[in-house]
Amino acid sequence: MIAIVDYGVGNLFSLSSSLQALGFAPEITRDPARLRAAERIILPGVGAFGDAKAKLDATGLGPVLREEREKKPLLGICLGMQLLFDKGFEYGEYAGLGFIPGEVGSLKPDLNTSTLKVPHMGWNSLHIVKDDPLFRYFRDGEYVYYVHSYYAKNCADSTLAVSDYGGVAVPGAVRRENVWGTQFHPEKSGDAGLRLLKAFCEL
Amino acid sequence: MLAKRIIPCLDVRDGRVVKGVNFEGLRDMADPVDMARFYNDSGADELVFYDITASAEGRNLFTDVLRRVASEIFIPLTVGGGIRGLDDFARVLKCGADKVSVNSGAIADPGMIAAAAKKYGDQCVVLSMDVKRVDGQFRLFAKGGREDTGIDAMDWAVRGVQNGAGEIVLNSIDTDGVKQGFDLEMLDALTSRVSVPVIASGGAGNREDFGALFTHPGIDAGLAASIFHTRQVEIWDLKQYLRAKGVEIRL
Repeated sequence: MIAIVDYGVGNLFSLSSSLQALGFAPEITRDPARLRAAERIILPGVGAFGDAKAKLDATGLGPVLREEREKKPLLGICLGMQLLFDKGFEYGEYAGLGFIPGEVGSLKPDLNTSTLKVPHMGWNSLHIVKDDPLFRYFRDGEYVYYVHSYYAKNCADSTLAVSDYGGVAVPGAVRRENVWGTQFHPEKSGDAGLRLLKAFCEL
Repeated sequence: MLAKRIIPCLDVRDGRVVKGVNFEGLRDMADPVDMARFYNDSGADELVFYDITASAEGRNLFTDVLRRVASEIFIPLTVGGGIRGLDDFARVLKCGADKVSVNSGAIADPGMIAAAAKKYGDQCVVLSMDVKRVDGQFRLFAKGGREDTGIDAMDWAVRGVQNGAGEIVLNSIDTDGVKQGFDLEMLDALTSRVSVPVIASGGAGNREDFGALFTHPGIDAGLAASIFHTRQVEIWDLKQYLRAKGVEIRL
């Protein structure tokens, strides 16, 4: 069973459907016992960092995730990936889960072209910088679907793959030990995204 | 950098795709789920579904279609047609839509854009506008292009973006259905005023029209219906052609 953490942010329909389409058994849950029973955990998320972290804290699941990540693969998607880092600077400064060293900051001031649009929204090619089992079915340079205005910084050691946007090497996939994260939405990235999810589910 | 997007648009009435459909080899030529699958396999970057139903029964069929599409097609889905308020946003987002396109509903209630953007984020709100030249002005039309609102379309777009619209679909009534190319002049008038992604609609007749669109600055995506439905233009061929022309394309 693959647990999708339900903490009240975003729409989990596509994520859950994509795992079903791949033949896995997703379960949307906020029950600690189910997270402990799961073989894998996915932390989704859309919205703003501080708000999402507050909602996650309200469920009391932070300590459960902290324990479980030692035992099984954990994947954060989009804002769910951002929450894995130490801190986020979206409308203030907020502590993240601290599973991966680094922080999350605004994309806009770092772009080399002021006319580029933010959010970074659309299909961008993903370039692997460090090989990983997550890319078992993925070809270097395939396109994935992004929607975000903030990005992970100071995390070179854990960066697995990047996409270029306005001269910024946006970390698209990261990993530290049992914890993976994707800034893009694999559940919206067509066949390439499904293959990444499949690889995660087989880790 | 971001790839330019090719977006087929499916008009759905009473659970069926309408408008120039000619799909050989599909089980059901006007079944939206079959067509969505076909487009996904051909490399469409996003799908737009317009609900052109009037009845409550048709509306239920539409959300059912949407749920079926979203449970097996994993690319971004935009939904429009009959969006009158936040309840409609909630209804279609729950069924797997990623973005919601507003048109006449936003003209009737301009506050809807800001309310939806605040609740779901700018990236979720697409402002779709039907525009026609009237007395030397780009004029905003409502009710599927039948009613002149008297509003300057480019001013309307600027206001929409200020209120939180994250993307604009510009449908030129002047070029729609003529198949002589996109309305680049009208698009220029828009891209010089807003900084959000712009999706061009109306006028595509062949792949060269998309070539002209994407070698023109400031346009992020091209949307079309009948030329894709009739397979006058095959998306896979179109994308190969565009890439050969140096346009960044997802293949």
